[in-house]
Amino acid sequence: MATYLEFIQQNEERDGVRFSWNVWPSSRLEATRMVVPLACLLTPLKERPDLPPVQYEPVLCSRPTCKAILNPLCQVDYRAKLWACNFCFQRNQQLLLPNLSTPETFFRGARSPLIFLYVVDTCLEEDDLQALKESLQMSLSLLPPDALVGLITFGRMVQVHELSCEGISKSYVFRGTKDLTAKQIQDMLGLTKPAMPMQQARPAQPQEHPFVSSRFLQPIHKIDMNLTDLLGELQRDPWPVTQGKRPLRSTGVALSIAVGLLEGTFPNTGARIMLFTGGPPTQGPGMVVGDELKVPIRSWHDIEKDNARFMKKATKHYEMLANRTATNGHCIDIYACALDQTGLLEMKCCPNLTGGHMVMGDSFNTSLFKQTFQRIFSKDFNGDFRMAFGATLDVKTSRELKIAGAIGPCVSLNVKGPCVSENELGVGGTSQWKICGLDPTSTLGIYFEVVNQHNSPIPQGGRGAIQFVTQYQHSSTQKRIRVTTIARNWADAQSQLKHIEAAFDQEAAAVLMARLGVFRAESEEGPDVLRWLDRQLIRLCQKFGQYNKEDPTSFRLSDSFSLYPQFMFHLRRSPFLQVFNNSPDESSYYRHHFARQDLTQSLIMIQPILYSYSFHGPPEPVLLDSSSILADRILLMDTFFQIVIYLGETIAQWRKAGYQDMPEYENFKHLLQAPLDDAQEILQARFPMPRYVNTEHGGSQARFLLSKVNPSQTHNNLYAWGQETGAPILTDDVSLQVFMDHLKKLAVSSAS
Amino acid sequence: MNVNQSAPPVPPFGQSQPIYPGYHQSSYGGQPGSAVPPTPYGAYNGPVPGYQQTHPQGVSRAPPSSGAPPVSTAQAPCGQAAYGQFGQGDIQNGPSSTVQMQRLPGSQQFGSPLAPVVSQPAVLQPYGPPPTSAQVTAQLAGMQLSGAVAPAPPPSGLGYGPPTSLASASGSFPNSGPYGSYPQGQASPLSQAQGHPGVQPPLRSAPPLASSFTPPASGGPRMPSMTGPLPPGQGFGGPPVSQPNHVSSPPVQALPPGTQMTGPPVPPPPMHSPQQPGYQLQQNGSFGPAGGPQPSYGGPYPGAPNFGSQPGPPQPLPPKRLDPDAIPSPIQVIEDDRNNRGSEPFVTGVRGQVPPLVTTNFLVKDQGNASPRYIRCTSYNIPCTSDMAKQAQVPLAAVIKPLARLPPEEASPYVVDHGESGPLRCNRCKAYMCPFMQFVEGGRRFQCCFCSCVNDVPPQYFQHLDHTGKRVDAYDRPELSLGSYEFLATVDYCKNNKFPSPPAFIFMIDVSYNAIRTGLVRLLCEELKSLLDYLPREGGAEESAIRVGFVTYNKVLHFYNVKSSLAQPQMMVVSDVADMFVPLLDGFLVNVNESQAVITSLLDQIPEMFADTRETETVFAPVIQAGMEALKAAECAGKLFLFHTSLPVAEAPGRLKNRDDRKLINTDKEKTLFQPQTGAYQTLAKDCVAQGCCVDLFLFPNQYVDVATLSVVPQLTGGSVYKYACFQVENDQERFLSDLRRDIQKVVGFDAVMRVRTSTGIRAVDFFGAFYMSNTTDVELAGLDGDKTVTVEFKHDDRLNEESGAVLQCALLYTSCAGQRRLRIHNLALNCCTQLADLYRNCETDTLINYMAKFAYRGVLNSPVKTVRDTLITQCAQILACYRKNCASPSSAGQLILPECMKLLPVYLNCVLKSDVLQPGAEVTTDDRAYVRQLVTSMDVAETNVFFYPRLLPLTKSPIESTSEPPAVRASEERLSNGDIYLLENGLNLFLWVGASVQQGVVQSLFNVSSFTQITSGLGVLPVLDNPLSKKVRGLIASLRAQRMRYMKLIVVKQEDKLEMLFKHFLVEDKSLSGGASYVDFLCHMHKEIRQLLS
Repeated sequence: MATYLEFIQQNEERDGVRFSWNVWPSSRLEATRMVVPLACLLTPLKERPDLPPVQYEPVLCSRPTCKAILNPLCQVDYRAKLWACNFCFQRNQQLLLPNLSTPETFFRGARSPLIFLYVVDTCLEEDDLQALKESLQMSLSLLPPDALVGLITFGRMVQVHELSCEGISKSYVFRGTKDLTAKQIQDMLGLTKPAMPMQQARPAQPQEHPFVSSRFLQPIHKIDMNLTDLLGELQRDPWPVTQGKRPLRSTGVALSIAVGLLEGTFPNTGARIMLFTGGPPTQGPGMVVGDELKVPIRSWHDIEKDNARFMKKATKHYEMLANRTATNGHCIDIYACALDQTGLLEMKCCPNLTGGHMVMGDSFNTSLFKQTFQRIFSKDFNGDFRMAFGATLDVKTSRELKIAGAIGPCVSLNVKGPCVSENELGVGGTSQWKICGLDPTSTLGIYFEVVNQHNSPIPQGGRGAIQFVTQYQHSSTQKRIRVTTIARNWADAQSQLKHIEAAFDQEAAAVLMARLGVFRAESEEGPDVLRWLDRQLIRLCQKFGQYNKEDPTSFRLSDSFSLYPQFMFHLRRSPFLQVFNNSPDESSYYRHHFARQDLTQSLIMIQPILYSYSFHGPPEPVLLDSSSILADRILLMDTFFQIVIYLGETIAQWRKAGYQDMPEYENFKHLLQAPLDDAQEILQARFPMPRYVNTEHGGSQARFLLSKVNPSQTHNNLYAWGQETGAPILTDDVSLQVFMDHLKKLAVSSAS
Repeated sequence: MNVNQSAPPVPPFGQSQPIYPGYHQSSYGGQPGSAVPPTPYGAYNGPVPGYQQTHPQGVSRAPPSSGAPPVSTAQAPCGQAAYGQFGQGDIQNGPSSTVQMQRLPGSQQFGSPLAPVVSQPAVLQPYGPPPTSAQVTAQLAGMQLSGAVAPAPPPSGLGYGPPTSLASASGSFPNSGPYGSYPQGQASPLSQAQGHPGVQPPLRSAPPLASSFTPPASGGPRMPSMTGPLPPGQGFGGPPVSQPNHVSSPPVQALPPGTQMTGPPVPPPPMHSPQQPGYQLQQNGSFGPAGGPQPSYGGPYPGAPNFGSQPGPPQPLPPKRLDPDAIPSPIQVIEDDRNNRGSEPFVTGVRGQVPPLVTTNFLVKDQGNASPRYIRCTSYNIPCTSDMAKQAQVPLAAVIKPLARLPPEEASPYVVDHGESGPLRCNRCKAYMCPFMQFVEGGRRFQCCFCSCVNDVPPQYFQHLDHTGKRVDAYDRPELSLGSYEFLATVDYCKNNKFPSPPAFIFMIDVSYNAIRTGLVRLLCEELKSLLDYLPREGGAEESAIRVGFVTYNKVLHFYNVKSSLAQPQMMVVSDVADMFVPLLDGFLVNVNESQAVITSLLDQIPEMFADTRETETVFAPVIQAGMEALKAAECAGKLFLFHTSLPVAEAPGRLKNRDDRKLINTDKEKTLFQPQTGAYQTLAKDCVAQGCCVDLFLFPNQYVDVATLSVVPQLTGGSVYKYACFQVENDQERFLSDLRRDIQKVVGFDAVMRVRTSTGIRAVDFFGAFYMSNTTDVELAGLDGDKTVTVEFKHDDRLNEESGAVLQCALLYTSCAGQRRLRIHNLALNCCTQLADLYRNCETDTLINYMAKFAYRGVLNSPVKTVRDTLITQCAQILACYRKNCASPSSAGQLILPECMKLLPVYLNCVLKSDVLQPGAEVTTDDRAYVRQLVTSMDVAETNVFFYPRLLPLTKSPIESTSEPPAVRASEERLSNGDIYLLENGLNLFLWVGASVQQGVVQSLFNVSSFTQITSGLGVLPVLDNPLSKKVRGLIASLRAQRMRYMKLIVVKQEDKLEMLFKHFLVEDKSLSGGASYVDFLCHMHKEIRQLLS
């Protein structure tokens, strides 16, 4: 099946799309029996250095309900100057243009500047604040010179800083306890009134940036120095915090004001609200915990017991803000650095719905934060920022398919149409979504439903097509459109099951199923989700396994499915579905990233990668299993969120003995260095920067490794195995072997 | 009545003159030794009356030229005739013509010091077209007429009939009218000069003067009018300024005992309309002749005769009309008190002593009772029973100024520290230890002088008693020997049981368009830069403990962070005015020295930042709220200085509407103009008081700002309100800056509570002033400065004991400006009486007026103004009737008898009744009234005294070398001579009135212009010139200003100029344009009321 693998890879390379099935069952009934839905992971802005933008308007299908874009899959009659839409079969009379490769980009429209609105918590420790100030100052130099920047600081009060003034620094202050409507905020900031005389004065002139807004949002090149000074002078929140209290932090109002400010001044213009916070909101709307330190912030335990008194209200507040922000086409980033929780659980919808970033760290004074933050402003090969704004994703399908929904950093635009399914998977009921902030790796899971009836077969060789049209504001401030049109063969599941089976992309399927699971986990009880996942897995095995009834030992899976159960095993153990040992904030953080990373990264998250370094040979990937933990190895584990380097017992002893410093043991020195270099490479590239853990046998941090590996050896079975290899894990978790055994048993059982 | 009365005077005058010719003369001759004074008077008398009257006519009736309509002439003649006679009689002077007479007065007054002769000519000349034939004719006519008429009067004179008729006539005539009106008064001199010359000369004894005048008098035409006016002159009796009275008055003092006014001399009321023949006012002493006791007064009393006061007594002749000079003169009373009591220190050791008047300079020696600077009472002898008190109707009140400033010669109260246990107090009534506490049982116990409870003396306080039962350490302990002292408070006396932190000042500056446009903001910021170095400090402290903060605002508020560590101030805008809060803590209130640079930078930038503002709307309540919250956040008391320009119409709490409606005046709804528009400010004020947040408000309105509402918070928090209408930097900056400096620098006590304890038998029941009360006994003052007064009224709830008297103790708990918590105690012991006469003998009219004005000014909040006025009049009548009935020796019912101590009550009360609040003129705005109303509420006795009865000082009368203040003259137009210059002040306003015929040299020396006409009317500043007169006048102005709480802006008023109307408003003895009665009229009215009560 190498051919299929290549095919899949090529497609991903070219289109940024991975389907769970690459040959599609041709009827609704068959499709449902496939267990894993027909779905794809789409990376709308996948970097394509080879893809030059073309500078003309796309050619649209003339049917009002379709408006698909002319693409290579269309049949073109050059002589008649006609083309047939491959979605609705409308015949369009249009002047033809050169053949186009699948994804294309078009220029279009007017420019509007990028906007960066910093929302900064000042209830920080002195060190943290200092570090944060430096990071922010640094970021100014990374911004495009014509970008507009604004600054809001908050603590007990919320201050909106006016950046235009000379001499005296000026800010508008709001109390942190009062929920204000957008209108009130705009009134109080004086954004509404002065605009009127202007309109009267010269109603004819379209004013792109009303001068009022310029008080709070200024082009960086104008106020660079000013803002740098202002940031430099930022003080910790001056209000006294008495013993046993948390500082009063008005995150909810600060965000609300940021949203209101942009809403009133630059709706539908690419803008990032960047929230930097060092603790939980403790007052006003959106408060997550009271200011009494003796009352700890909610835990999963509290939530399960329905004992988190502020959670629902706070969540509602942030959801309201997130939705408004999404409507305006802005996005919200959250950079939360604190040892304790900061309320990401309640605030998660802000980045989740608007395509913003969520970064979690222990302190602003860590390289994790500093580098991650810096990476926001990284540039691509064209020198453009890797960020895009205000995108709408429009999905069009050929008639046999309907759209069930999407999972990713998007909100529904509620566009009903003929190709929208009634069954929803993820965010459904629409054929268009808004992705307010996205980068080249932002990936959505899009789910489809085959609606072709069993009794109306598709002609042999027929292909189904899907077109993804992404309109967005490029970081160069241009409006662009990227069109990706793909097509796959139909196959009759009864006669051509093998084809379908062979075209199964188990990696994509695992990620897509995982997204569904995580999506459900947000609203359902954890155990229910696990049961659902298990059932799906069993059904899949029943469908595609080869076995004799009631004979677990006879169970076999073909290569294209062989890894899938293992993915599911690790997914069950992953922090995306298991909340044990994680705070609600951490869960939210993990889930946030899981719902937006591309396939490779997602897989790493599900099943971390483990490399082994030893004198026995070159570095090699090894099983994520306790048996891989050997005394004479160095292990490098990448869980996406953490990079763990683990020195086996012997290696650790050697290092302790200082052999690496002896010239004759230079090879040992190299061995020690190799994983460090590799880790560095990963650290350099990933966003957000992973937590870097360098530990050894018996080190307390070794728990990061031990909690991830398959507990094939535990204190329960160690002696039963009677081997010296590997490290026993102190856990009652089932191991992969037990899991597989059980799965086989259930799969072959006729009862289920 | 009034009308009648006023009218009648004329005839009497005429009559009297004829009758008493000799008298006059004698008076003249006899009068004061000093040749100068007499002359003026004499001349004056004659002229004055004439001229006032003439004036009016002259002006209004110009007709003279036309041949003087018969009517007018007819009257005129009378007057003239009278004059003529008069003049002749008097004539020693030689003023032959009436004209002369009139002028004379002016010239004389003026001239006396200077050169009369010169002045006259000067004046005349200008006018001076030589008498034309026309004039002559007119004169002739006049003469004839007069002649004709003249005869008539005399006969009537006998029966007085004539006067009446005249009166009526005059009433109908313009004359009478003019009489009352301003123009006449002053214009008269001029007109006279002009007009008279021609006409009058003939009529009047054509003494030399006349002759001299005549020529100049060009105003022939006016003649007739002049004549008309003359008659009214009678009312004036005027010639003699108050002085005549004075002269006579000496006896008055002797009289005090109540003999007072027995119906002096002739009962027949000469002047008054026939109906009320009986009015003769007798000031106690002044009337001497008639009333037995008042002999001395008697003489002067008769109107015209007055000036002959001295001779008066002898003259049995019936005074026919109420002579202004005969009625009690405030000037005389003040002068006498000064002379009699100014030299000796007032020693407070004796119970129930009446202190010298507030107008007298005296030193106080505290020997057990509080200085009158701290407490003044309406009476120092209290009736023992409530029945007596009710009968007398004399309000029992004390005007208390707990933090009054003392002259440098007097020591400020000692501070006593009773240690950790705190000040020693009575266990039952909680009164503080004071000199009146009685130590018994060898000093082991003391009996409370208030509630009689016997308390143990704590061991550490024990001391043996001497043979008189006095503690041997009595003189070592201020609280046992002095009337006023302070205790250091312990922590129990502090809010939240925590010693207070030093207070803070917050400057809150309106930066809306109006404030910027007028230059106010720039001026203020500039001034603050230096002024902040002079914040009040305690004792010898090197720097003030007070911290400062800054806020600017229009319809949003801007707070400033001026922390010393900042390079630049930071501005924080709070737009959420509906729910005000303080956006910063650290850096808002700072030490001036530490943050000097940042503050200076801020004050430099504020005017620039808002230079282009177009925001016209302002908020108000949120500003105060913000200041209060800031103090709350800083956990300290303090003061807000608000500089505000306009009606707060922006959408916010406390938003106001323009509700000014002049149509409400004199209706039952008039009171709403004084009431706050919304209750929001009361609530706010309450919060402020709780926080110890005092608000001083500086207003700079261009139009109606609703002072009644805006002043609620300052009023309830013990703050002050300053108002600068139509503020312009050029004209008003000196006044504003001077007030501001004074206001910022004055020592203030914060977060204060005052309680007045009294002996069993009386109880403090009512309080007036700038404060808040949440219960019936504790006066809560967010702030209290040395200018603020609290007036307390007492009522009986039991009998008092004549022997033990009544003791008052006023205890004020406050935080000093350095943040120290203290108790200031004032004690005062009063006598108690069973005889009403004792009460009347120990009253203080100035204090009484202070109380009555405050009572009335509060009354207008709830009752129609007319009701309030009537109440005052009734009360006054009752007081006087009670005296007449119970204390005065029997006399004719027609006599008006006033207690010596209260002889000024009618004139002062009339001033209160005519004040802007109770009887507004057309030019008085609603805001002005509300402003004055709240000002008066916390005035002390000295302030109310001069406020209601302004001081009028002739500048060129006394020798230029004399360094003392010139003796004042009565506030009446007839006392003005057109050849003189006067200063008038009432504590708020300061006028320099320049007579039209002032010597050129004087004009030159004062104004640096060559003639009267070149003087700029309304001038606010006198040029600085290096000559004795200029120096003296400027020095006098400066010293007057220094005496007053607020800077008085000078306005130069020229005689007969438009502005003169404004000036005349303050001539309170005259009838006012707004309908206020003249002193004479009011006195008559009062007499009538009393008679009604008695019958």
